[in-house]
Amino acid sequence: MAESIFWFIAAFTVISAAFVVLNNQLIYSAVALLFTLFGVAGLYVFLWADFIAGVQLLVYIGGILVLIIFGIMLTNRISSVRLSQTNVQQGVGGAVAIWLFILILMVVSKTPWNQMDTIEPASTVRDIGTLLLTKYLLPFEAISLLLLGALIGAAVLSREEN
Amino acid sequence: MDQLNNYLFIAAILFSLGVFGVMTRRNGIAVLMGVELILNAANINFIAFSRFGGMNLDGHIFGLIIIVLAAAEAAVALAIVINIYNNMNTINVDEASALKE
Repeated sequence: MAESIFWFIAAFTVISAAFVVLNNQLIYSAVALLFTLFGVAGLYVFLWADFIAGVQLLVYIGGILVLIIFGIMLTNRISSVRLSQTNVQQGVGGAVAIWLFILILMVVSKTPWNQMDTIEPASTVRDIGTLLLTKYLLPFEAISLLLLGALIGAAVLSREEN
Repeated sequence: MDQLNNYLFIAAILFSLGVFGVMTRRNGIAVLMGVELILNAANINFIAFSRFGGMNLDGHIFGLIIIVLAAAEAAVALAIVINIYNNMNTINVDEASALKE
């Protein structure tokens, strides 16, 4: 049962990701991205990462995707046909993408990965919180500073010039 | 679902699709969507290695930091895209190639 759900989510993720990059309608791409992000959150659940799955839903779907849809709305005249776009240089791009994929696939399949058997933890939230405030305190503060910088930068960039 | 290779395989597909999107899309926002796919693929790898490496939570911290970086990147990139649209009236990356007006 769990196995078939896993493969369903995997197929769902990959097919909607293909939709994101191949569709000519930007809004449809954004909606397909929603399904891809949902699928990735499902994969996180299968990987026992409950907190990361929640953050994925909150930040990616609730934040980044809404920002992207705002961007599409603000930079296109919705009523006109310019909302669609075509891909260019599909041949070269496809060749490079397939070459990269085969390269990664060879590395993945030829490496003897060392898999450890572990038991599923009840929750990861407490341990992640402890790690963030002890071992990873400096990266935590650095990422806070980066967020502040991005906030100020985005506000300055998009402000009307006076 | 209990094999590391499956997750790496899915992440490889997502990564290749993202690279394809970044290279072939003309619209700036569509390029941004390709970048999001690449970041998600990297994140799946981090979480998968964390899970199969003895449930070591270091990978989760990396995943969190990548998600925060993606949020910051999306905010700044969209501000830039909207500015380009206001100045040049297009966000197709091949048309808006001039660095000054």
